[in-house]
Amino acid sequence: MSIATRRRREVRDAILLVAPFLIIFGVFFLYPTYKVIALSFTDAPLIGEGNWIGLDNYIKLFNDRLFYTSVWNNFYFVLLTVIPTTIIALLIALAVGKLKGRVQALVLTLFFLPYVLPVSVVTMIWAWMLDFQFGILQPLIEAVTGKPVPVFKNPHWVMPMIAVVTVWWTNGFNVLLFIAGLRNIPDDLYEAAALDGATAWQRFWRVTWPLLWPITALVLTLQLILQLKLFDQVYLLSNGGPFNSSYVVLMQMYREAFQLNNGGYASAIAMVLFGIIVIVSVLQFQLLRIGGRRR
Amino acid sequence: MTAKQGRNITFAALVLIAAAIWIFPLYWALTTSLRSESRIVSDAGVWIDELNFSAYIEVLSTSKLPMWYLNSVGTSVIITVIVLLTGMMCAYALSQLRFPGRKLLYLVVVASFMVPVPALYVAQFVLMSDLGLVNSWWGIILPQLIVPVVVIVYKQFFDAIPKEMREAVLLDGGGEFALLFKLYLPLNWGITAALAIITFISAWNNFFWPFLVVTSESMMTIPVGITQVNDSFGVFYARMMALALLAAAPVIIGYLIFQKRVTEAVMISAGVKG
Repeated sequence: MSIATRRRREVRDAILLVAPFLIIFGVFFLYPTYKVIALSFTDAPLIGEGNWIGLDNYIKLFNDRLFYTSVWNNFYFVLLTVIPTTIIALLIALAVGKLKGRVQALVLTLFFLPYVLPVSVVTMIWAWMLDFQFGILQPLIEAVTGKPVPVFKNPHWVMPMIAVVTVWWTNGFNVLLFIAGLRNIPDDLYEAAALDGATAWQRFWRVTWPLLWPITALVLTLQLILQLKLFDQVYLLSNGGPFNSSYVVLMQMYREAFQLNNGGYASAIAMVLFGIIVIVSVLQFQLLRIGGRRR
Repeated sequence: MTAKQGRNITFAALVLIAAAIWIFPLYWALTTSLRSESRIVSDAGVWIDELNFSAYIEVLSTSKLPMWYLNSVGTSVIITVIVLLTGMMCAYALSQLRFPGRKLLYLVVVASFMVPVPALYVAQFVLMSDLGLVNSWWGIILPQLIVPVVVIVYKQFFDAIPKEMREAVLLDGGGEFALLFKLYLPLNWGITAALAIITFISAWNNFFWPFLVVTSESMMTIPVGITQVNDSFGVFYARMMALALLAAAPVIIGYLIFQKRVTEAVMISAGVKG
């Protein structure tokens, strides 16, 4: 077989192998990406043609007070979830790492289990836990505030409580990443530190923390992007209310597209969310890199 | 028993208590589901002291739960098979073959990570509607077939296989497809199982997309369907919790059986070696 035939055959096989993925990727990902950009410059309804209106949707969006409320709520939610879940996951991973054998496996299973649940199961269980009349957590809330609180109908409680539910649901993933990171730190580093007379506190800050930093940065980045995409929990627990106090960007996109039939405007909202996620993750990546270098 | 052993046992006990508190909501759902509706609102004992399955029977006989199971299993299995097969083939070509546009394709796949998928839902819904696929399995399935991480993970694992092994198969007269399915796939069953599990779980648990593309109750998947019952049951807490647990049962049982694989899969999908 000549080299030329062989080469031709390699290219032909490659095309056959890549084609199924590429067709699906092109039709259901690249085309919608193009489409959502194109739609954002039109006044199209959800289904049907629209007219090119240039930047009007974006101008309208930047004068839309509800949009600012949504963006603010998104960032408030990020604040309530990202750093707390990172700290909680790290503490759990450190504790699990100190355990052995079956106890370790059991504890890890219990902490990880919520992560595999469908979101609507999670919200149903927590809606029952926090039920205004019969919720088992209401006595606890009563002990703090003096009276039971309908948490998902209260503008001050709604976001923090959705954050609690979200951290409970997604934390297991972060625990796993930290455990993997901790296992990759060689034991002799701790032995050497112990020989030098380092206290447990010093061992953590001088050995564990700096060597774990790549994982910590990964957890922070993944969480940030994930939590900016908040929709399911809000839709299921509070539907954006009360008084828009849990209204978030994807909620607004959903309402505009599927309830108010403004496909073009909803696409502009989607584009801005895309932009926010890109900017924030690039910024965070830079910050984390600087944070990593200083150590 | 030395002082150190004592400290270790105390520590283990404390962590176990913390873990028990963490999982309490799930336990409480179970307790609630096994009680009669009248007892739930009358006393607040936390122990399972009643084994009343009437809520489960009620839920299974009055809701469309069996149908939602079928829709969830069907769509999730199809998604998993197609994602793995197409991802594996593409990754093989990217890893082992030279062809024009190879670098560009890989770059696009990696870059697609940056795009928040829900931002595409409006356009994907329009597309599904144009194709007449709203309220159908394929409407649920097609947009969920984009899982670039599968391509990237497979490529990494294929890259690590020594080139000499290829030559043996090629000398036997096998082509690229034979190489992929007789050499590269069998060498990577572990990672295939892990990727299958993580793809299946995320398809099974997806809420937002099936919620948009399905409006008829008989086409719903489990996570979407149970929210409908939720509305019609009102204040029947035992039934709601029975429903939630029945909906969660397949993933909980699956996780408990394939625990090691699931944790491995989660780590691999995040690019971390366990």
